Amino acid sequence: MTLFLEQLLNGVQFGVMLFLLAAGLTLIFGIMGVINLAHGSIYMIGAYAGTWVATETGSFWLGIPAALTAAAVAGVAIEFLVVRRLYQRDHLDQVLATFGLILIFNQTVTILFGRQPLFVSMPALLDGSVELLPGLFYPIYRLAIIVVGLLVAVGLYLLINKTRIGMLVRAGSTNREMVRALGVDIRLLYTLVFGLGALLAGLAGFMAGPILAVQVGMGEQILITTFVVVVIGGVGSIRGAFFASLVLGIVDTGLRAYLPGLLRQVMVGSEADALGAGISSMGIYLLMAIVLLIRPKGLFIRNS
Amino acid sequence: MNLRKAFLAASIAALAAFPAAAADPVKIGMITTLSGPAGYLGQDIRDGFKLAMDLEGGKLGGVPVELLVEDDGLKPGQGKQIAERFLGEEGIKLFTGIVFSNVAGATIPDIVDNDAFYVSPNAAPSNMAGKECNQNYFVVSWQNDSLHESAGQNATNLGYKKAFVLAPNYQAGKDAIAGFKRYFKGEIAGEIYTRLDQTDFAAELAQVRAAKPDVVFQFHPGGLGITFLRQYEQAGLMKEIPMVVAEPSMDGVTLAAVGDAALGLNVTSHWNSDFDNAANKTFMEAWNKAYNRPVTYYASQGYDAALAYASALKATGGNLDDADAFRDALRKADFESVRGKFAFGPNQHPVQNWYALKVEKGEDGKPMLKTVGEVFQDHGDAYSAECKM
Repeated sequence: MTLFLEQLLNGVQFGVMLFLLAAGLTLIFGIMGVINLAHGSIYMIGAYAGTWVATETGSFWLGIPAALTAAAVAGVAIEFLVVRRLYQRDHLDQVLATFGLILIFNQTVTILFGRQPLFVSMPALLDGSVELLPGLFYPIYRLAIIVVGLLVAVGLYLLINKTRIGMLVRAGSTNREMVRALGVDIRLLYTLVFGLGALLAGLAGFMAGPILAVQVGMGEQILITTFVVVVIGGVGSIRGAFFASLVLGIVDTGLRAYLPGLLRQVMVGSEADALGAGISSMGIYLLMAIVLLIRPKGLFIRNS
Repeated sequence: MNLRKAFLAASIAALAAFPAAAADPVKIGMITTLSGPAGYLGQDIRDGFKLAMDLEGGKLGGVPVELLVEDDGLKPGQGKQIAERFLGEEGIKLFTGIVFSNVAGATIPDIVDNDAFYVSPNAAPSNMAGKECNQNYFVVSWQNDSLHESAGQNATNLGYKKAFVLAPNYQAGKDAIAGFKRYFKGEIAGEIYTRLDQTDFAAELAQVRAAKPDVVFQFHPGGLGITFLRQYEQAGLMKEIPMVVAEPSMDGVTLAAVGDAALGLNVTSHWNSDFDNAANKTFMEAWNKAYNRPVTYYASQGYDAALAYASALKATGGNLDDADAFRDALRKADFESVRGKFAFGPNQHPVQNWYALKVEKGEDGKPMLKTVGEVFQDHGDAYSAECKM
C-alpha cells in the first residue's frame, strides 16, 4: 500500500512538471496557433541559467529569479524576432523555424557550457526525506515540486478566470479574429502569453535541475510528452492541460511500475519485463490515440 | 600561343596534382555521438583518438592520416547514412567511433560488407561477436557482456546473495543483464528495464526499496547514469543498499558530477587512470596537458583504437590495397595498450584482464576511482565459439 502511494506521488510529481511545460505550450498553440518546438529549449535555458547562477553564487534560491528571467527574456525574444513573422504562415513553416531554433540553442549551450551535464546541489532546507505515513518516506524536494506545481495551477486559474488579461486570453483562444476586431492590441497580448509560457517552462527547467541532469537536449526529451498532454487536454485549455498532465503522469508511472509485474503472472519473467517496458513506453501514446478516437478535440474542449 | 597556353595549363595541373598525390593522407572515418546528453562519450572517443594522432604529429604508425568526424546524434539511421556517404563519396576504408550498440548494429554491417575495416572503440553487441562476426570487424574495447560479467563476478566475490538489476530496454541493456547473471551466483530479487530516454527513476527506485535486495546492479551509460545515481542517493538508498556497477555507469565524468554521493561504490573496469604502465602514463600526461577535463575510459578506448590502426598502418606502410595484409597486421594487436596486456580473441574481440575499483576520497578530498584488485584474468567473451570466420 505504501508502495502504491509512493508511486502515486511519483506520478503526480511527474504530472505537475509536465503541466508547467504544457500550460505555456497549450496557450501558445491555442491562442496564436503556433506550434512552438522551441518550448523545450526555453526549459533548457531556464535550467542552465538557474543552475549556473546557483553554482556561481552558491545559493540555490538566487537561481530561481535567474532561471525565470532568462527564460522569460528568451521567450519574448523568440516571439519578437522569429515567431511574430510566422503567425500567418502554415504549420510546416512554424515547425521548420522553431526546429531551427532548437538546433541553434542546443549548439549555443554546447559552446557556452560544454557537453557535460551541469548539476546544482539541493538546498539544505529541501534535502532529505520526510515520513508522510508510517513507512512512507518521500523526498522533500519532490514534495516541494508538487506544491509549487499546484500553486502555479491555482495562480493560473485565477489569472485566466478572474483578471482582464485572462479574459482576453480566453477570448483569444476561442476567437482570435473577434478579439482583434474589438480593438485589443493582440500583438502585445501574444508577447505576454509567450513570455508567461516561457516563464513557466524556465521554472520547470530549474526545478528539474537537482533531480535530473541539466544537459543539452534535455528539452526535447520532455517536449513530445508535453505535446501529448496538450493534445489530450485540448488545445488552448489550461484546465485540460492540468488534468491531462496529472493523468499522464500517473498512467506513465503506474505502467512503468506495475505492468511488468502483471504480465509476469501470465508469461515468462524476462519476456514479461521486456514486453512490459515496451508497452509502458507506448502507454501515453495509446492513451492519446484512444482520447482522439472518442473526443478528437481533446478532453476539455466543449463541442461548439 | 595556343601551344604555350596548353603547356602552361598542363604544368599548373601537374604542379597542383603532384604534391597532393604524394602526401595523400589515409582517411579515417569516425562516426560517433557528439550531440545530446551522451555527447561527451563521443567527444572523449574523438579526443582520445586525436591525442594519439597528435603525439605522432598528425600520423599514425608513421603514415599521415586525416580524421573525418561526423555526429550520428544517437540515431541508427543517421549513422548508416554517414557510413554510406563516407564509403561512396569519400572512399574511406578505415572506420571507427560508434558509441552505442543500436547505432553500431545499423551501421557496421554496411561498412564491413563494403570491404572497409571497422575498429570499435566502444560498442560491441553480442550478435556481432558470435554468429554475425566479420573478418573486417575488430573491437578494442570489450564485448558488451564482459563489462557486466565482471560486475557479476565482483558481486559474487563481495559475498552478495540477492541482487536487484536495472538496465535500459535496448540491446546493450539486455546484454548487460545477461552478462551480470552469467557470473552472479546469488538470487535475482527483481529485474527492471528502463527507457533509454528516461530522466526520472522514482518509480523504479520505489520498487528497489520495496524488494529489499543485498545489492543493486545497474547499467545506465552517460547522462542516464548520473541522474540514476543522484536520484538513488536522494532517495536515501545509497546508505541502505550497496551498488555494484560496471564502468559505463561510473566513468570519470559521472564521478565528477555525482561527487561524494558515489563514495563506496563498487566498479569493475578494464582500465583505470591510475594504471601503472608506460603507455598509460604517456596517455594520461598527454590528456591532462591537452584537455582541461576529467578523463574517461571512453577516451582511453579512442586512444587504443588509434594505436590499433597505427600498428597495422605501420606494418603495411599505409597500403590499404592489400586488405588481407592489413587485416593480418591488425590481428596481431602489436601495440602497447593503455590497459596493459591486450590481445584479440578468435572473434577479434579483446582478451584482457578485468579489475575491481572502488570510489574513495583522493588526496585532494575529491572522490576518485581506485584500483583495488583483479576480477578476471585473460577474459574473453562467451560468443567467440559461435564465430566462424
